[in-house]
Amino acid sequence: MSRLNEANVLVAKEIIGRYPRARSATIPLLHLSQQQNGYITDDAIAHIAELVGATSAEVLGTCTFYEMFKMAPVGKYLVNICGTMSCQLLGADELMHHAEQTLGVKAGGTTSDGMFTLEHAECQAACTEAPNMQVNYRHCHRMTTANFDELIDDLRAGRLDGEIPAHGTLARVRQQIPADKAAGVASPDAPVVPAWMPEAAQ
Amino acid sequence: MSTYPWAAGYIDDGDRPKVVTSRFHLEDGYTLERYHATGGYDGLKAVLKKSPTEVHDEVKTATVLGRGGAGFPAGTKWGLMPAGKFPRYLVVNGDESEPGTYKDRLLMERDPHQLVEGCLIAAYAAGLSQVFLYIRGEMPLAHERVTNALNEAYAAGYIGKNILGTKFSVDIVLHWGAGAYVVGEETALIESLEGKRGEPRLKPPFFPAAIGLYGQPTIVNNVETLSNLPWLAINGAAAYTAIGTATSPGTRMVAVSGHVNRPGVYEIINGTTTFRDLFYGEEFCQGIRNGNELKAFVPGGGSAPWFTPEQLDLPFEGRLVGAAGSMLGSGAIMVMDHTTDIPKAALTLTHFYAAESCGQCTPCREGGTWLERVLQRVVDGRGTRADLDQMFEIGESICPGNFPHASSSKLGLDATPFPYKMTTICFVGPSAFAPVHSALTLFRDEFEAKIVERKHIPVSVGVVDDHH
Repeated sequence: MSRLNEANVLVAKEIIGRYPRARSATIPLLHLSQQQNGYITDDAIAHIAELVGATSAEVLGTCTFYEMFKMAPVGKYLVNICGTMSCQLLGADELMHHAEQTLGVKAGGTTSDGMFTLEHAECQAACTEAPNMQVNYRHCHRMTTANFDELIDDLRAGRLDGEIPAHGTLARVRQQIPADKAAGVASPDAPVVPAWMPEAAQ
Repeated sequence: MSTYPWAAGYIDDGDRPKVVTSRFHLEDGYTLERYHATGGYDGLKAVLKKSPTEVHDEVKTATVLGRGGAGFPAGTKWGLMPAGKFPRYLVVNGDESEPGTYKDRLLMERDPHQLVEGCLIAAYAAGLSQVFLYIRGEMPLAHERVTNALNEAYAAGYIGKNILGTKFSVDIVLHWGAGAYVVGEETALIESLEGKRGEPRLKPPFFPAAIGLYGQPTIVNNVETLSNLPWLAINGAAAYTAIGTATSPGTRMVAVSGHVNRPGVYEIINGTTTFRDLFYGEEFCQGIRNGNELKAFVPGGGSAPWFTPEQLDLPFEGRLVGAAGSMLGSGAIMVMDHTTDIPKAALTLTHFYAAESCGQCTPCREGGTWLERVLQRVVDGRGTRADLDQMFEIGESICPGNFPHASSSKLGLDATPFPYKMTTICFVGPSAFAPVHSALTLFRDEFEAKIVERKHIPVSVGVVDDHH
C-alpha cells in the first residue's frame, strides 16, 4: 500500500532524470508521495529508496529531518500558526489560544472529523503582516479571532476548495522541461568545459 | 498609491530608485508577457553579446553584495572556484526562513522572470553548467509562480540548449524544500539538494566554491542577489554604484516588522538609510505604534545581536553595523516598543533556534535546548538568580569569548563580528544565544524582576523544575 501509483512513477522518473545523482530527487519524491497519500508511509519510503537508489534508512533519515513530511495522517487542512518574534509581539499567543478553543484540540492535535490539524509553526516569512498563519502553507495575514472563525467556516463549507488544495498538494503546476529544449544534466562523471567559455579549458 | 493588494507587505512610497521591485506595482508582473513589455530578458541579450569574463568583471566592479546574510560580494565569490574544474553548479538559495526576513518570497512571487534572468546571467558569466533553484517548501505560491516562469522561459528559448541561438546552454531545475531552517545555510542547502538530511558541512574544507554539490565547484547565491543582475546588465556597473555608498552600493530590500505604524517590505538605498529614517520616516514606517517609545530592535534577522535607540542613527551599512556589534544579515528588522516583555521576546527567538538545531553539534543541540529551558522557567517566574549566570555559561560553551565582539580593524573583523568564535559547525548554535545575551545585557532588570526569591524555602520541597 501507498507506493507511488503508475502515473506518479512516471512523474518520479522524469524528476529523477533532471539530477546528476538520483538521490537528489528524494525530497521532491517525498512531496509527490505525500501529495498522493496525504502522508508518508513505510511502503512509500521503501519505494522511493528503490527509485533513487538509496536505502530505506537513508530515505527515512531524510524524511524525518523535514517537518513538512508527516509520518501519520493529518487533517485535510493543516493550520500552522506562526509563533516567531514579530507574530508573537503582535498576538500570536492569543491567536493560538483562540484556535485551540475553537477547534477543540491542542496544538499538534487533529479534530475528530479529520478536517483540521493545528500546529505551532516557526517564521513564515510574512512578518510585517503579523500575526500570520498558513492553511496548507497558504498564507493568511493579519489574523484576528473573528477572521479566524470566518476562515474555519469557509474551509468547513468548502468555499475555499479552489484556492487551498487538500494537505499534501503544494504547487498545482509542475515544471516541464521539453526534451528538445533541454540542455541536459551536467554530470560530475563526464566533465565538460562549458561550450560558451572554451578559454576556461586552459 | 503605495500598497498593492497582490503584493501584501510591500510598500512603495517616496521617490527612490527601484532595482529589484520595479514590477511589484503590476498585478501581472510575474507573467512573461508583462516581463517582455517591461524590458525583460534584455539584460540576458546584452550579456550574451559580451564575453563571460566581461560580464563577470562588471559584476565585480559593481560590488553586488550577497543579500542572504553574510554580505559577501557575488563577483568575488564566483572568482573563488578552482580553474579548470567542471562541471560547476549554481544553487539558488530561496530557502528564506530567518526570523523577520521576507523579500525573497516576494521576489519569487512578484517577479520570477527577473530571478530566472539573473540565474542565466550568473551561469553565463561564471561558467555554471546547471542551475538548481531551491525554494522553501512552505511557499507554494512562490513555487507556482517560479514554475510557470520556468515553463514559459523554456518555451521561449531563454533556458535550455543553445539559448537565443548562442553556444550558451543551461538547464534550470526547480527544487523545493520541506521545512528546515538550517537548510538556508549554504552547505546544508547542498546536503539537502543531494537528498540528505540538511546538516551543514565543515568549512574548511567544504567551501562550496571549491567542494560543493556532488563535490564540484558550486556557487550558492541568494534570490535577491541574483535578482539584481538583470538591472545591472542593462544599466551597467557605473549606474549601480551611483546608488548607495562605495562599500554598500545599490539598494537593499528590508522587512521592518513589529511595533511600528507601517510595517512593510521596502526597497531602500543601501548604505545611507538610517534606522531612524526607517522607523520614523514618512516614506517608511511612520513611527512607533500608538506613539510609544522604542525599546530595542533586532537589526538583521533573529540571529543578530540587538540594538537600542542609541544606535538609531546608524546607517544600513554592513561595516558600521558590524563595528557596533551586530550585523545586517538578511535585511530583517524587528522593532520592540516599551510595552514589550523582553525576556519573553528573547525566549521566542531562543526557542526558534533550539527547535531548528539540526542536532549535529553537541553545544548547539544540548546548549540551545538547555538555554531555552532555563529561560522558560525564568519567564514563567520559576527562575533563580543563578539561572541568569548559567545562561551566560551555556552561551560561553557555544560561542566563547567576547560576545558580541564589536569589530576591530586590527583583528580584521570589521565585516563579520558575530560570533567571535564558535564551537559549532554553523551559526544556528550562536544564534540561540544571541537574543539571550542581548536581552540579558541590555535589560537585566527585567529578568531580575521575574526572579522569585526562594531563600527561605527548603530545597526539598521548594523548586519545581524541568527534568532533562
